[in-house]
Amino acid sequence: MASSEPKSLLITDCGSTTTKAILIEKKGDEYRQTFRGEAPSTVEAPFDDVTIGVINSATEVEELSGRKLVRDGGVNRPDDGTGKNGVDLYLSTSSAGGGLQMSVAGVVGSMTAQSARNAALGAGAIVMDVLSVDDGKKPYERIKRLRALRPDIVLLAGGTDGGTKAHVVELAETILAADPKPRFGSGFQLPVIYAGNIDARKDVTELLSKMTTVECVDNIRPTLEEEKPERAREAIHEAFLEHVMSHAPGYPKLMEWCDHDIMSTPNAVGQIMRTVAEQEDISILGVDIGGATTDIFSVFWREDDIGNRENDYHRTVSANLGMSYSICNVLLEAGIENIMRWLPFEMDAAEIKNRLRNKMIRPTTIPQSLEDLLVEHAVAREALRLALIHHKELATSLMGIAHEGDISDLGGGKTGPQTVVDMMELKMAIGSGGVLSHAPTRAQAAHMLLDAWQLEGVTLITVDSIFMMPHLGVLSQVLPEGAAQVFKRDCLLYLGTSIVPVGEAKREGNHVAEIIIEMPKGREKIDLKYGDLKVIPLDVGEEAQAVIKPGRRFDVGGGKGKDVSRRLMGGLVGIIIDGRGRPLPFADDAAEQIKKNQNALEAFGLSWK
Amino acid sequence: MGTAYTPGLKVSRNTHIVKERKLSLKGEVLVKVGDEVEPGTIVARAELPGDLHSVKMVQRLGGSYEAREIPAILLVKEGDRIEKDQVLARTKGLFGRWFRTEVKSPVVGTVEYFMKTTGHLGIRTVPHPVEVNAYIKGRVSQVFPEDGCVVEADGAFIQGIFGVGGERRGKIKVVVESQKDVLTKDNLPSDLTGLILVGGSRIEAEVLHAAADGGAKGVVAGGIINEDLSAYLGYEIGVAITGEEQIPITVIVTEGFGTMAMAKRTFELLKSLEGKEASINGATQIRAGAQRPEIFVYGEGEEAAEEDEESAHQLAIGTRIRIIRVPYFGSLARVSALPHELQRVESGSLVRMLEAELDDGEKALVPRANVEIIAE
Repeated sequence: MASSEPKSLLITDCGSTTTKAILIEKKGDEYRQTFRGEAPSTVEAPFDDVTIGVINSATEVEELSGRKLVRDGGVNRPDDGTGKNGVDLYLSTSSAGGGLQMSVAGVVGSMTAQSARNAALGAGAIVMDVLSVDDGKKPYERIKRLRALRPDIVLLAGGTDGGTKAHVVELAETILAADPKPRFGSGFQLPVIYAGNIDARKDVTELLSKMTTVECVDNIRPTLEEEKPERAREAIHEAFLEHVMSHAPGYPKLMEWCDHDIMSTPNAVGQIMRTVAEQEDISILGVDIGGATTDIFSVFWREDDIGNRENDYHRTVSANLGMSYSICNVLLEAGIENIMRWLPFEMDAAEIKNRLRNKMIRPTTIPQSLEDLLVEHAVAREALRLALIHHKELATSLMGIAHEGDISDLGGGKTGPQTVVDMMELKMAIGSGGVLSHAPTRAQAAHMLLDAWQLEGVTLITVDSIFMMPHLGVLSQVLPEGAAQVFKRDCLLYLGTSIVPVGEAKREGNHVAEIIIEMPKGREKIDLKYGDLKVIPLDVGEEAQAVIKPGRRFDVGGGKGKDVSRRLMGGLVGIIIDGRGRPLPFADDAAEQIKKNQNALEAFGLSWK
Repeated sequence: MGTAYTPGLKVSRNTHIVKERKLSLKGEVLVKVGDEVEPGTIVARAELPGDLHSVKMVQRLGGSYEAREIPAILLVKEGDRIEKDQVLARTKGLFGRWFRTEVKSPVVGTVEYFMKTTGHLGIRTVPHPVEVNAYIKGRVSQVFPEDGCVVEADGAFIQGIFGVGGERRGKIKVVVESQKDVLTKDNLPSDLTGLILVGGSRIEAEVLHAAADGGAKGVVAGGIINEDLSAYLGYEIGVAITGEEQIPITVIVTEGFGTMAMAKRTFELLKSLEGKEASINGATQIRAGAQRPEIFVYGEGEEAAEEDEESAHQLAIGTRIRIIRVPYFGSLARVSALPHELQRVESGSLVRMLEAELDDGEKALVPRANVEIIAE
């Protein structure tokens, strides 16, 4: 590694399907992403060596940039200062081989098991199963389930420090009984991380030592009121490098090449999201919608008991919501009616189903006709909607803590943990993944996010231009400022700001809000009616100031009928003013809904035929 | 058909195939390099550890003993082999004679542990055997000690695009006249026992039910309608990972969803194999390292022919193709031009295209990603 500040960096993300390489160069005082290359990943047969894909993608960057990046079958370092030879640092992330797959166990499903799941997800894992003493399964069913899965790591939590030991020891017995086998290599032992009641460490270790070695870390839930996932996350990351990566084909070589630990891709994306939320002091909701899975990341701020601001970071993986391999699972979970309600034309349900099945079996095909594209965008809306529901369910405050209730809690209406996702508080939505990043027009991406997530209040909508968030996540570990510079200048594309009053009116055309916007070229006054959707151009880099005066049934963040003043950021689409109401109403009559969808596309300047 | 442009599906009269046959856990390999094996030959065997029964001693003793007091009355120790109903612990009772309580083993097995914290005694039952067969007729070329082996053979090999159901063996029987015919119940022979039925452009759900009821082992056809597959399975498939379905027959589709004539070459090859024993597997995984469903027929005394793989994977003027996405979905054509520059399609995307001359003479521009090469 170069001793001074690096002049240039090569970063790769080794995905399941492709390996993406980007070149980052220092231009003046700033770091900028300059070139990008992509090549098929080579983790699986017949190659069985991840570094082949790395070299191929780096070679593409080399050809485009004219900078010699590959030498002696490895990454050419250091940068000789000519701009034509070598880079100072090489970093990588990886989700190849299916990413990091874990099973977690905790005593109570909604408490320690939930905390264990959050820690695993936060560390970038796919959680294959969650076991708990109260999961309703019989012991043999738990054993059978655990045995059938082949996780990379097992995380066991349970019990508060000093509390009862018996339940967590019982879970350790279940793990021992199942004796699950690791996914890679039948010859090595499955790592088990214990993050439960510290008093039970001896018993758990003694019991599981018959099967494997146990790494004991701080209790993830030392008291009911506290969640301490950091040590468990670190242990997962270490086990990922030590046991999983080192057994995957070609990874020992890749680890040697890298100037910093390889990060799991979702862990890296979460890292950059957190960095941005902290630097900008805003709440963020991000998504990466892929062919097989959809990951959602959120960072929301809250105040602790003594008024300090803290943020809650959550990541969830909807393992079977995706746009190619898993497209039929979206169909299954959403139902054909929910997909069809987004279409601006009539279409036979059986025809849509056959098309989606054919997309599933030939995942690399692309929509040629506009009709076919809009069918995919309808499916994407449902995948995004379902993934957010899933995220809201899991991104919750801690169960077991007394919450300060409001008047709606009276009468026992609300129970259980509350989601930390507050759409009205959300300041920035970030979309990434093929269907969003590569939509033929940016307006289509903004429209999809607005509809699928039913954005509320005032939200900046952005997309990751070429899906480089994983790269910037690992970069932020080494060069946080450089990562932030590239993120702002090259990664995030501002699409615009949405203004969405939340509420319902009795009929379309009723008053929703009066909006006065001081635009760079003068004042705009909008009388927003129920059912309206308007897009006003405001370019990238431009800003405007808005005073929003909602009607008495509507709220834009200040409460029903309360005025708010907000700064609006411009973007490739502009200011989107949505008076359709929340929750978004759908017409019972199919023809009427089709007309609504056509009107919405028209507002964005998009066609459907 | 059926060599696809992107996924590269194989249809070959005579090729060399290599099958890795491995256990999911360490065990014993029963064959050696050079052994000739039949599809049913067991090549490796392992013992899956038995279930662990946790005997809750405190509860079984009626709560009269605490967990830490139990070791004093235990009659067994870790590692002991236990018979069903064998006494595991006996209380001292009154004067060592009366009112003694016994805890008996519910299973045959071995004592694995006793936990002083919980008072649970773990007994592991006897292991279950797990076996792997050769799946195809062939010769063992490599042995992985404790894991399994590699079986190699020459023969006809056909990959489909999608399937359900696992490994099976049966006799090939073509039951339609042409690759364009829909396979209906009327096509079925009276005795279906042990057959792998080959249809044309589509299989219907009722045919699948009838074939299964009649004892057939598999059905192969060009297409299937989504509703028919769901009706047969009893549920809709969500994720494209199949092969573990609990269904009596394996179903393989060679072209896709909808009514799609089986590629002539595939159909002709299957016709030429009529009456021969085939090994089939419907397992499909459409991801990196994709697995496609397959049909293999051992070639008696034939050696694998050299194949012109290159030509099957490269688009050139005159290459025979099938368009696999609307608006020309299912159309057969020939490549008439391969423009280099990116072009904008109706959806708005900028992509690499080709010009295709459809069989009806019409010319169409289609994204290169949306065609499959077909060998006819």
